[in-house]
Amino acid sequence: MSLQLLFDALSLGGIYAIAALGIALIFGVMKLVNFAHGQFIACAVFALILPSTDAVAALGLGLLPTPLLILAILGFGAGLAVAAEALVFRPLRNASPVALMVGSFALGVALQNFLLVLYGGRPKAISLWAGLGAPVRIGPAEVPLLQLIVIAAVIAILLALGLMLKRSRLGLEMRAAAADFGMAQLLGVRANRVISGAFALSGALAAVVALVMVAQTGVADVRMGGQIMLIAFIATVVGGMGSLPGAVAAGLAIGAASALLQAGLPDAARPFRDAFLYALVIVVLLFRPQGLFAAADAKPRV
Amino acid sequence: MTLTLEQVGVAFGGFRALTEVSLAIAPGQVTGLIGPNGAGKTTCVNTLTGFQRPDTGRVVLEGRDMSRLPAHGFRRAGVARTFQAGRLFGGLDVLDNLACTGVGLGMRRAAAEQAAAEVLHWMGLEALESRPAAGLPYTDERRIAIARALIGNPDYLLLDEPAAGMSEKEAADLAGLIRRIATEKGIGCLLIEHNVGLVLSVCAHVVVLDGGRVIEQGDRATILGSAAVREAYFGADQAEAA
Repeated sequence: MSLQLLFDALSLGGIYAIAALGIALIFGVMKLVNFAHGQFIACAVFALILPSTDAVAALGLGLLPTPLLILAILGFGAGLAVAAEALVFRPLRNASPVALMVGSFALGVALQNFLLVLYGGRPKAISLWAGLGAPVRIGPAEVPLLQLIVIAAVIAILLALGLMLKRSRLGLEMRAAAADFGMAQLLGVRANRVISGAFALSGALAAVVALVMVAQTGVADVRMGGQIMLIAFIATVVGGMGSLPGAVAAGLAIGAASALLQAGLPDAARPFRDAFLYALVIVVLLFRPQGLFAAADAKPRV
Repeated sequence: MTLTLEQVGVAFGGFRALTEVSLAIAPGQVTGLIGPNGAGKTTCVNTLTGFQRPDTGRVVLEGRDMSRLPAHGFRRAGVARTFQAGRLFGGLDVLDNLACTGVGLGMRRAAAEQAAAEVLHWMGLEALESRPAAGLPYTDERRIAIARALIGNPDYLLLDEPAAGMSEKEAADLAGLIRRIATEKGIGCLLIEHNVGLVLSVCAHVVVLDGGRVIEQGDRATILGSAAVREAYFGADQAEAA
């Protein structure tokens, strides 16, 4: 495999992994598949520009200096997710998982239409960080700077999240809640704080995906969260619902497979790359219907 | 200075699981609770730990009415329990399982881990510290569940069938542990068991439930000599023959 391909696979897979983690974190503690996650991503993208239906986008938060801008968008994503939990999912806390899932669909549709009203339906160009396209020479390969930044950011996020889950009080409570929510609550684990924490992390991860997508495509589009949400959802299923390492591994694997297929398929077959990709997913699920890393607690105990 | 049920009644729909049950658990003592299947033993434990609200009567801890408190309120007030199914967090290691209880009690993470390590040391289970709970052998899982209940030094510990599925030797070891918990830590224990021999060997005071009512209570001799207990366990004919 060429070095170039390795970087393609890692950066694409890394972003899928981050998106899948955003879904797996919430599923872990609440058994909710949050189908509004894609719209969280889209909202975080549009938060960069001022609300208007003009064809030309005027930067809002996007005008901030880069470190502040990143913090502001991460905070926006986290705040949006926490607010969604408080307004939509908390009243549904004791409803059936199906009702929760339908609630997340409804929230997604509502958010998308809200964006349509504020910003209009046309895709808008956003020019942020134009210099990131510059190629960097690594050995025989020329890699865009953005790809290197994405890979480094993904590694840093995974390490920080792992450390937080392993070492912090909230992390311990989140892992316990994911293993057995009822038991954790009976032990006095703070259920509301754990769920809000999971949503905040998930929303911040959605914002990371949003920033990367904007940097890669230079476009804000009301529909842009949908495709990656689908892939992220598939990654959580392939990884094993509720397993965070599974979500990361499957996200990376799907990204890598996608990059490999893109490079390896004959020209005539390349437009059907996704069909090959999803066929692979089906094959994996035929052999491991519970996912690659089924959470230990998902298996009924005898 | 006791944890008591006062004239407690619990009904599930039309089924009366407990009727006018009164019993007391004293600090530093092991009280036994026995009875045939369906006698209401687990409902008793659930009521004593806030998992089940009494329909009538009261749960009283050191003179305080606890009847409306949720389960974690009981735990914070010093009433801990174990479960028949163990119910450890499978994905977490043993230390984290115990630390989680400490955190739930309001400790900081470091303090919770310290408390967890101390309890494991006290029980001689340090070696299991970093093992994932999901892969533990059955008896170790049971002992870790007891260790988890000991975090935060509760005043009372309710053990729901801790010896189920254990061999004679393992049950004897468990009996020794329960005695130590009562005498060394001064914790008032309630031992719910099918293994009547184990209960009679450990408990100074035994309560016998049948059909949701207390049919007998007293020391070992009282229980062994009771016609009501024999009738509950062996049926009326046997009791008359004896």
